[in-house]
Amino acid sequence: MKIKVKFFAILRERAGASEILKEIPDGSTVGDLWRELQKDYAKLNVPGIRLLYAVNQNYVGGDHRLSDRDEVVFIPPVSGG
Amino acid sequence: MFRVTHQTIDLSELVRYVTDAEAGAIVPFIGTTRNHNEGRRVIALDYEAYPEMAEKELARIGAEAQQKWPICKMAIVHRLGPVQIGEASVIIVVSSAHRDAAFAASRFAIEEIKKTVPIWKKEVFEGGEVWIGSQSGEEFKGK
Repeated sequence: MKIKVKFFAILRERAGASEILKEIPDGSTVGDLWRELQKDYAKLNVPGIRLLYAVNQNYVGGDHRLSDRDEVVFIPPVSGG
Repeated sequence: MFRVTHQTIDLSELVRYVTDAEAGAIVPFIGTTRNHNEGRRVIALDYEAYPEMAEKELARIGAEAQQKWPICKMAIVHRLGPVQIGEASVIIVVSSAHRDAAFAASRFAIEEIKKTVPIWKKEVFEGGEVWIGSQSGEEFKGK
């Protein structure tokens, strides 16, 4: 299945991309996707960073199962305000 | 009204928006960009958002505030892009029949924004730049 991944802030800079399409096996979780992406983009691994996960603009856990064409964002620590 | 914008935030527009015949109080909160942080002299700030989700989260905060306190209306607008020192990065305006509810809802909203809304601040200071909250040490590269 194909997943749309958007990168923001520090992860956008490190990936060198804002948005990509990633092919992953059916049944993959958000956590699986993150591990796959780190193989493609070694610099995504920011030591000590704590990420949250969003699928289709809702926060989910790392064990959330993905569906074809989902939009996934890995959310670095937020700092609005 | 819950949104993110690249334009200067207009406080009076938000006050007009929450003005309500039922209200006896309107509480504005203005978050501004300061020129120092953790001992560093800050030159500029740059905000980035996951805009669709940020607006959804702001609306979620508004809905939660409505459930917790008897408020009339709430508006939250967060600025994106480069923001000059001393400008408003976020404005929250709440109206309520009695002032306690508006003060409480305003405080709740700014604390929640800092926890859950996908907005990120990059600080440009003398000698480098950093995404606040994501420091890894490696990011302090000279400019």
